[in-house]
Amino acid sequence: MKLRLKVWRQKSANDKGYFEDHTLEANEHMSFLEMMDVMNEELIQQKKEPVAFEHDCREGICGACSLVINGQPHGPMQGTTTCQLHMRHFNDGDTIHIEPYRANAFPVIKDLVVDRSSFDRIIQAGGYISVSTGQAEDGNAIPINRNDSSLAFDAATCIGCAACVAACPNASAMLFTSAKVSHLALLPQGKVEASRRALKMVNQMDEEGFGRCSNITACEAECPKGISIDNIARMNREYLSASLVGEEK
Amino acid sequence: MSLNSNIPPGPMSDKWTDYKSKMPLVSPDNKRRLEVIVVGTGLAGASAAASLGEMGYNVKCFTFHDSPRRAHSIAAQGGINAAKNYKNDGDSVYRLFYDTVKGGDYRSREANVHRLAEVSNDIIDQCVAQGVPFAREYSGMLDNRSFGGVQVERTFYARGQTGQQLLIGAYQALSRQISLGTVTMYNRHEMLELVVVDGKARGIIARNLTTGKLERFAAHCVVLGTGGYGNVFYLSTNAMNCNVTAGWRVVKKGAMMANPCYTQIHPTCIPQSGEYQSKLTLMSESLRNDGRVWVPAKLEDAKAIQEGRKMGKDIPEEDRDYYLERRYPAFGNLVPRDVASRAAKVECDKGHGVVATGLGVYLDFESAFERYGKSKAHSMNLHNPSTEKIRELGVAEIEEKYGNLFEMYEKITGENPYKTPMKIYPAVHYTMGGLWVDYNLETNIPGLFALGECNFSDHGANRLGASALMQGLADGYFVVPYTIGPFLSKEIRTPKFSTDLPEFAQAENAVKERLQNFLDNNGNQSVESFHRRLGKIMWEHCGMARNAEGLKKAIGLIRELREEFHKDVFVPGTMDEFNPELEKAARVADFFELGELMCVDALNRKESCGGHFREESRTEEGEAKRDDENFAYAAAWEWPDVKNDPVLHKEHLKFEAIELKTRSYK
Repeated sequence: MKLRLKVWRQKSANDKGYFEDHTLEANEHMSFLEMMDVMNEELIQQKKEPVAFEHDCREGICGACSLVINGQPHGPMQGTTTCQLHMRHFNDGDTIHIEPYRANAFPVIKDLVVDRSSFDRIIQAGGYISVSTGQAEDGNAIPINRNDSSLAFDAATCIGCAACVAACPNASAMLFTSAKVSHLALLPQGKVEASRRALKMVNQMDEEGFGRCSNITACEAECPKGISIDNIARMNREYLSASLVGEEK
Repeated sequence: MSLNSNIPPGPMSDKWTDYKSKMPLVSPDNKRRLEVIVVGTGLAGASAAASLGEMGYNVKCFTFHDSPRRAHSIAAQGGINAAKNYKNDGDSVYRLFYDTVKGGDYRSREANVHRLAEVSNDIIDQCVAQGVPFAREYSGMLDNRSFGGVQVERTFYARGQTGQQLLIGAYQALSRQISLGTVTMYNRHEMLELVVVDGKARGIIARNLTTGKLERFAAHCVVLGTGGYGNVFYLSTNAMNCNVTAGWRVVKKGAMMANPCYTQIHPTCIPQSGEYQSKLTLMSESLRNDGRVWVPAKLEDAKAIQEGRKMGKDIPEEDRDYYLERRYPAFGNLVPRDVASRAAKVECDKGHGVVATGLGVYLDFESAFERYGKSKAHSMNLHNPSTEKIRELGVAEIEEKYGNLFEMYEKITGENPYKTPMKIYPAVHYTMGGLWVDYNLETNIPGLFALGECNFSDHGANRLGASALMQGLADGYFVVPYTIGPFLSKEIRTPKFSTDLPEFAQAENAVKERLQNFLDNNGNQSVESFHRRLGKIMWEHCGMARNAEGLKKAIGLIRELREEFHKDVFVPGTMDEFNPELEKAARVADFFELGELMCVDALNRKESCGGHFREESRTEEGEAKRDDENFAYAAAWEWPDVKNDPVLHKEHLKFEAIELKTRSYK
C-alpha cells in the first residue's frame, strides 16, 4: 500500500513546528510503529534526521507511545494503543496526519515526543497508599468483595499514556486522576486516606495547568484501556466530601 | 580472583533468619548521611529505591524512560508465585524452593533460592497492602492458578496484567518517597558509565536524554536493577529499549558476567510475520492452564495448512498430535518453558508447523470451552444444554480469565482466537544469566549491587513461570534493604563524594569519546540494520539449540560484524540534543560484545541444561543431558578489555538440601 504521511516536525519546545510530507510503501501486516520505523530507515539512508517518537513495549501496556493520528489519539481503532494499531486498518492511497499530543501541560521535547512528567507529579501528590515495606498483614486478612476488587482493577489498568488529555478540548486530566483516586478508594486498604488523596491530587492537577472537565467524555471514548468516566463521578464525590470536611492535618 | 559467595553457615532453612539477626546495621542517624544510587525503576529498582528511601537513606534513582512506570516489568502477564498454600494443596516454602531449583535444572545457588521462597509470602502481603487488585474469589479471598513446572496452584494474578499491577504498586511506593524527598528521581537519564574510586563503586555518569548533556552523580554505593539482555537477539518479547548497557559498562570496570548463555526461550509467543518486524509478543504461560498444544500428526495435513488449503479445525481429532501430553504425561501442557519450547522446535523441524513459514504450533481452547461451559451450565441449573450453549458459556468463562490476552492476539494477528485456535512459536523472553553476585547481591566490585533480572542468582539455567516478578520484588523489598547493611555499615564515616574527583572526569571523558566516535563515523548503515543482523546470528547459533561448530562460527561472524559496525554505522544529529539514534548506537555496541561472550560461554558449557541445549549432549530419547560431574558450576566471566580473551572463574555449586538428579516431567 502506498501512503502519504504528513508528519509533525519540531526541533524543541521553543521552536516552531510544521508538517513534513513523506510518501511510503507499507504493507498491511505492519504495525503503525513499524511503518514509522520503515520511514525512519529511509530517512537515515538519505542521511536525514529520523522522526523522534516515543515507544517501548509495543504491546499496549507501557503507555509510552502516544501520537495523534488523523486527529485521534492512538488512531482510529477503539481500545487500541498506537503500537497495537496495524496498517490493515488503512487503505492504499490514504493520507495520514501524525501529530504529537497537544496540551499546555505536555511541552514538546522533539517532533512527536512530549513531556508527560506532570502525570508523575499528580501521582506523587497522593496517588498511593502510605504503607512502608514490612508493615503489611496477611494478604487474606481483609476479604475484599470480588466486585469492588474488579472495579478497582478496571480503574488500575490505566497505562498513563495521556490520550485522555489529548482527546479533551480542555486538555483536562480528570480521567487519569480519577482512575487512580477510584482504584485506591474502592479498596479497604486505600479507603483510609481517600479524601486527603483526592484533594491533593486534584490540586496538583490544577497546578500543572490541565483544563477543567466539562463532561464532553471524549476521554472515555479515546482511552485505549476503556477507563470509565464513572471514575470521575467517584472522584468528584470524594473531592466534594473532602472539601466540605476540610483536609485533615 | 577467587569468588566468595558469602553463603551464611547453618541449616538451609535457618540461614536467612540467622544471618538477618546478626548482620551489621546502620543507625537511623547514619542512614541520613549515606547516599545510594539506584539505576532502573522496574520491579527490582523501584521496590529497592522505595524501601531504601523509607529506611532513611538518601536515594538517587534513575530511569531512561520518561517515567518510572514505563519499565518493562509492566508487560509481565501471568502472575507471581508465593508459598502461601491458600489452596491447601501441599505447598510450602520447601516445595517452592525445590521446584525452583529443579526447574532451574540444578544450576542455581541453593541458599539464594531458599531465601527467595521464604520471602515470597511477604511480597503478596506487601502488594495487597499497597492496593494491588489481585484476582479474588467470591469469598473475597485471593485466588490462585497454576504455572508450568509445578503441581500446586501458587500463582497470584491480576487478570493477564499482573506485572502492570505490581509495578504500579512499586511505582506508587516510589512516588511517595519522591514526594517525601527521600528519593530524588531522574527521568530520561541513562547510565553510561560506573565510577569506581579506590576499588569501590561510588557513582555513575548518566546522559540526560532530553538535553544530551553528560552528568555526574556520586554516592556511597550503586544498585543496579536494569533488567535482562534478551534484545541481543533483536527480536524478543522485551520492550524496544531494553538493553544491557548499564550491566555491560560495569563488566568493563571489572564486574563479572555469570552464565550469559542461559537464555529463556518462551514457548507461547505470536509467530513472526515479516522482515520489518520489530518485536515479538508473548502470550502468557497461564494460557497453558487451559489451552492444549498440538500439531497435525500427518505431514500432508501440515503442508495443506501451511499453504492455506486447510484450517486447524479441518483436522479430525484422531489426526492431531498433542505432543506435550504424549511425551510428558505427568505435566502435559504445563511442562517448564525450556521443555515446551524445544518440543515445539522438534515438531516444526520435522515439518509439522502450522503457519506459512512452518514455524508455529496450535494452542487450542476448544476443550476448555467445553469443560468450563459444562461446569457453568451445571451451576446455572441448566439441564441438557445444547452444544452451542455450552460453548457460549465456556467462551464467556475463558474471556473472564484471559480476555485481554485474546484481545491482544486478535489485534496483532487479525484472527479471532475464540473461533480458530491460536498459533504460537517460541521466542526469546528472559535471561537467567547476569551479573555475578554473592549472597548479599553484591558483585565482585565492592559497593556495586545487582537485583532482579540483571543478576544471575536465582533461576539457574531455566526460570519457572511467575518467578521473575517474585525475584524482582524479593530483591528490592526484602533482600537488599538488609544486605546493603554489611557494606554501608563500614561507610558511616565516609564523607559524601565530590563529583570533581579525577575518577569522575575520567569516566565522563571516556563516555564522551565513545559517543563522539559514533557521530564522527559518518558511515552508511543504520544502527537498526546492524542490530537485526546481530540478532540473526545469535538466534541461529545461540538460540534454542547450540553446537560447537555453530558457536565457533558465530563468534567469528560477530567479530566481523562488530568491526563493520564501528566502521560503517551512521548516527545522525549531535551529542547535545535529544537523539534516540545515538542512544541506540551505544546500546547495540554493547550488545555486540555481550553476544560474543554468550557464545563463548555456550561453547564452554558442553552439557545441556535448562534453556541451554547443546546438541552434542542429549539422551537417547533426545532429552537434554546434564553433566554434573564437569559443569555443576556458575561460569563467571571477567572481560574488561575485548582485546584480550575473557577469563573464566568457576563458582562450584554445592547441593546440601536437594539431591542432584535428572530432571524429569514424564
